[in-house]
Amino acid sequence: MTATATENSTGVNYLNVQYGIRSWLLTTDHKRIALLYLASITFFFLIGGISAVLIRIHLIEPQGALLQPATYNKMFSMHGIVMIFFFLIPSIPATMGNFLIPMMVGARDLAFPRINLLSWYIYVVAGLFTVYALIAGGVDTGWTFYTPLSTTYANGQVMAAALGVFIAGFSSILTGLNFIVTIHKMRAPGLTWSRLPLFVWAMYATSVIQVLGTPVVAVAIVLVGLERMFQVGVFDPALGGDPILFQHLFWFYSHPAVYIMILPSMGVVSELVTCFSKKRIFGYHFIAYSSLAIAAISFLVWGHHMYVSGQSVYASLVFSALSFAVAIPSAIKVFNWTATLYKGSVSYDSPMIYALGFIGLFTMGGLTGMFLASLATDIHLHDTYFVIAHFHYIMVGGALMGYLGGLHFWWPKITGRLYPDAWARFAALVIFIGFNLTFFPQFVVGYLGMPRRYAVYPEEFQVLNIMSSAGASILGVGYVIPLIYLIWSMRYGPAAGPNPWGATGLEWQTPSPPPTENFEQLPVVTEDAYEYGSKEAHVV
Amino acid sequence: MWSGFPLRPEQASTIAQGIDQLYFFLTAITLFFTFVIFTAIFYFAIRYRRKAKGEIPGQIEGSLPLEIFWSAVPLVLVVVIFVWSSSLFISNSRPPEAATEIFVIGKQWMWQLQHPDGAREINELHVPVGKPIKLTMTSEDVIHDFFIPAFRVKKDVVPGRYTSLWFEATKTGRFHLFCGQYCGVNHALMIGSVVVMEPEEYERWLSGSRKAETMAASGAQLYERFACITCHGAGKAPPFNDFYMSQVKLSDGSTVVANEEYIRESILYPSAKIHAGYDPIMPTFKGQISEEQLLQLIAFIKSLGPQERKSE
Repeated sequence: MTATATENSTGVNYLNVQYGIRSWLLTTDHKRIALLYLASITFFFLIGGISAVLIRIHLIEPQGALLQPATYNKMFSMHGIVMIFFFLIPSIPATMGNFLIPMMVGARDLAFPRINLLSWYIYVVAGLFTVYALIAGGVDTGWTFYTPLSTTYANGQVMAAALGVFIAGFSSILTGLNFIVTIHKMRAPGLTWSRLPLFVWAMYATSVIQVLGTPVVAVAIVLVGLERMFQVGVFDPALGGDPILFQHLFWFYSHPAVYIMILPSMGVVSELVTCFSKKRIFGYHFIAYSSLAIAAISFLVWGHHMYVSGQSVYASLVFSALSFAVAIPSAIKVFNWTATLYKGSVSYDSPMIYALGFIGLFTMGGLTGMFLASLATDIHLHDTYFVIAHFHYIMVGGALMGYLGGLHFWWPKITGRLYPDAWARFAALVIFIGFNLTFFPQFVVGYLGMPRRYAVYPEEFQVLNIMSSAGASILGVGYVIPLIYLIWSMRYGPAAGPNPWGATGLEWQTPSPPPTENFEQLPVVTEDAYEYGSKEAHVV
Repeated sequence: MWSGFPLRPEQASTIAQGIDQLYFFLTAITLFFTFVIFTAIFYFAIRYRRKAKGEIPGQIEGSLPLEIFWSAVPLVLVVVIFVWSSSLFISNSRPPEAATEIFVIGKQWMWQLQHPDGAREINELHVPVGKPIKLTMTSEDVIHDFFIPAFRVKKDVVPGRYTSLWFEATKTGRFHLFCGQYCGVNHALMIGSVVVMEPEEYERWLSGSRKAETMAASGAQLYERFACITCHGAGKAPPFNDFYMSQVKLSDGSTVVANEEYIRESILYPSAKIHAGYDPIMPTFKGQISEEQLLQLIAFIKSLGPQERKSE
């Protein structure tokens, strides 16, 4: 891309242009809003993480080492609700998406800056409701809120937590809407769809799911609320309702929601792999369209959560076939990322370590998904620890590794500072090892038959559970290290300069941290994304 | 297999081995592709590591033949797996004709099991080895899930409807029974055992267990006690001889099969589907009749019907 912005001579940037709490709480700058989100989701990650720690300590002993069963149930419910709705779903979109989409398309802000701020406030209010639910008695329905347990039988603050999730949905819808409009209408001159960075493509696919899927889960939650308060009889068979209906509504959103969490990470990894190989991405269009394909298919696979619910054999067959179809665009991505390394100039900076870790762990997470798409094996594996292991490979090994990789990649742009890369590489390694030690044993214990959400379990599963808990303690250390050096770097890190990685992309052609308007002059784009060098070795 | 560190649960039913074969095939595919990807990443990352700062490698845009190749390979593989898995699933979902039917009621947090001859147990299911067993299951409160890892079977137990699963044990012994679907505070305590016995031993156990009468006989008593007989035995309502699994013409012209689900619905919500040719005079028994009594009445109606044909 052509360098159209020059080094900012005045030294005024989005961080130091104004000071004081008001300048943050009333800002409409997408970059400041991204930082508000970053602080908020880190807070929720800590809450979700603490409940995970308690769960893993508890499961060291078959009889439960720490908690009463009721408390244990509240812990895994809170872990799921907080991690999914308040960390993973907003993680990359609300932070990096917010910060980068306007810069990547060469705009001064998102299409609707005030709506962007509104979506953060909605998210915070929703989060407070959930924290209230956590303090005032807890919720023990699991993050899935299955009826009629949630509507009729569960005690605790089901309504507050459900309301939190409901409200958070609006934040998600507004963010998605904002991104879609921005990507359609605010691209710089010359920035055609085929020149968009793949992160933008991935965020576009994600936003479509957010806008189309979230209203359905909102409807489901409203119905749970009505049922709980007025016994209207939608889900409770004692009132003439259908308990399985809830699962259809819930998974119609919550399966696509998995792709809300993983697609942005795939976008991040596409950026990292090219930058640290100094090569164009292999198969640009295949990666871009596979994101859209995944988003489209994601709406047609919800029934694979319901193979044992009494769903008809024919419905299960259709859902199984469609679920297998997801394997193909996923495989296309993995192969193209790997091929991008071929004949590249590969460096081992910390974001690249995360990206390579992502590819490996996502491969395992994706392949183990086949066991669950497959009808015969899923009957045995459904609701066991195998499922837990599989989706943590996708959600933590995939989504979270991508999030951390992206955070390390754009941290110099966001803060203008460098962090100690040796520490960062070390942390990435610790996370990779700790992660595998935590979740690999769960595949085994799941096939042996250990059901999920068990506060106590038969003794023969203890060894694998201890391995898992040991791994979790390593994983925990791995998360604390970046927290320390990233905060340290904000004050003591050396200045990063506009483009420390030598990356292409409009966001690197403006100072770090960028000025409030992003670009002194709006850029004009004359090249494809990832023009890292001459095209002398074209294969096709 | 390393006995101290098993990779699969015991194989104790006719379907277990088939499931395990598919599972280990999938495991092999997973290990193979994980190996391929990890090897490629490590090889490329080392072979093409950056040797000089600022070096610019030759650029490659992509390769259509490669894209087709690595789309086609997973496509063929998943088609093979889908066909294998689905045919296994279809054949595993059909209970054999001659299966013995045992009724299961799940409630927070226990399993109640009833044998056809009236024997009842809690959290423990005794079955004979080598005989197909069909479970007809319902729940009194939330959704539970009947899971026997050693048999590789699992099915949700849903309030307001009947679900079923079947198995044929191949090994005597005691096996875990778990509630698979999270069902509230003591979910993890909703566990028990399946005890598989030699058929003679099972007969001995049945005759030794405390029981009042067969399920059908209990149903026959209810048939009188709830005064069903005053209409159904007198031509004012459909009679039950050969009724079970028959085609029932409804007053709106459509037809339903008189299965468990229909009988249950007609007792609880009599006006939902009216038998053609009869006045809708039946009162609802909702709230007056327990899940257990419903199952007994169904067993009674079945006992009057033709031998069970197909249940689903």
